[in-house]
Amino acid sequence: MIAVIDYKAGNLTSVVKALRYLGADDVVVTQSPEEVLRADKIVLPGVGHFQSTQLLADLGLTQAVREAVVKGTPFLGICVGLQWLYQGSTEAPETAGLGHFAGECERFPAVFEGSELKSPHVGWNSLEEVRADSRLLKGVTPGSFVYFTHSWRAPVSEDTAAKTMYGGAFTSAAERGNVMGVQFHPEKSAETGLRVLRNFLEL
Amino acid sequence: MLTKRIIACLDVRGGRVVKGVQFVDIVDAGDPAELALRHARGGADEIVLLDITATHEGRGTLLETVKRAAAQLFVPFTVGGGIRSAEDAAAVFDAGADKVSINSSAIARPELIGEIGASFGAQAVIVAIDARRGKHGVADAEVYVSGGRKPTGLRVVEWAREAEQRGAGEILLTSMDKDGMRDGFDCELTRAVSEAVQIPVIASGGAGSAADFAEVFKAGKADAALAASIFHFGVTDSRALKAEVAAAGVAMRLPC
Repeated sequence: MIAVIDYKAGNLTSVVKALRYLGADDVVVTQSPEEVLRADKIVLPGVGHFQSTQLLADLGLTQAVREAVVKGTPFLGICVGLQWLYQGSTEAPETAGLGHFAGECERFPAVFEGSELKSPHVGWNSLEEVRADSRLLKGVTPGSFVYFTHSWRAPVSEDTAAKTMYGGAFTSAAERGNVMGVQFHPEKSAETGLRVLRNFLEL
Repeated sequence: MLTKRIIACLDVRGGRVVKGVQFVDIVDAGDPAELALRHARGGADEIVLLDITATHEGRGTLLETVKRAAAQLFVPFTVGGGIRSAEDAAAVFDAGADKVSINSSAIARPELIGEIGASFGAQAVIVAIDARRGKHGVADAEVYVSGGRKPTGLRVVEWAREAEQRGAGEILLTSMDKDGMRDGFDCELTRAVSEAVQIPVIASGGAGSAADFAEVFKAGKADAALAASIFHFGVTDSRALKAEVAAAGVAMRLPC
């Protein structure tokens, strides 16, 4: 069973649809910590404000995810779901992230290298320096395009599995063991996105 | 590198894609779900489905169409036309759309922008602006509603700024002066709006050639450009167009 966690942050239809399209027939949209602990795989989607992840702690889901990943359940965070894997975000400083990855998410700079930088970062951008040992990005060629829409971004660190350039480099995919996340929307990123989701389903 | 987007727009009436020149001589151009998929496979960066009848009776048909189109679509998918409330938007999202485009209803009640954004995120709300230049050109370009028939008295740049402040994720700017002419976008107007807001601006109206796209991306500072009539019958492949735009020095998603 694949648990897609619903924390009332945007639309889950597309993610669920993509997982089912790829053959996952047992996809459950849930807010239940028990279901998360029972799941074979966990997906945390989400668009919107970092503060909405506060609900995860309030519902006991943060603790459930912590326990599930310790016992080895593959976890995929998408967009805000990736950002939540870090210690926090300047978007909502009072809301703690899971802290699985070190660092804090920050807003894109308003000015980069002397020129104004538009934010949000919306559109198709490329994945660079794809880590060769990444299981999530297996078969994804550096330079492949994926679809982004976000104003905050995760820092580059040793857990970075791919970088993307916009106002400098940020983490577009992160991976350590069974815990993974993507800043882009794999469910909206054509063939490359489907490959990433398929890789995750095949773990 | 962030690429510029080319968006394929399908005008839908009564569950079928229709084509016509400035809404006359409308002919049937096929099934929306099938055409959306072909455009996506042909390299379009995004699909917009615009319900041009947008009658209350037609909502059921539209939602069914959106559902069928979304089933196999894995690129961003926007639906517009007849969305008057947060409930209308919710139904469209539930059917599989990623973004909604609102126009007259946002003018009638600007709070709607924030209401949809509160539940689905700002990225899911596109405010569409139909614009016509005024006596002084771009400086007093005015917002029109009701399919471009009714002037509102609002200045285009001011309304774009207000839409952004109210939480719009993107602006879809259609030049009524250029629409259907196929001789280029209104680059000056697009640039004025693009420089006035932080959110992406999608240029629409006037697409005729690859050079027109290159110009609106460079001179017009558009983040994306929408094309409907440039895709003739049976033409759903935008790779050649994108290659030409790329050759003119604009970053495109290629190969795709």
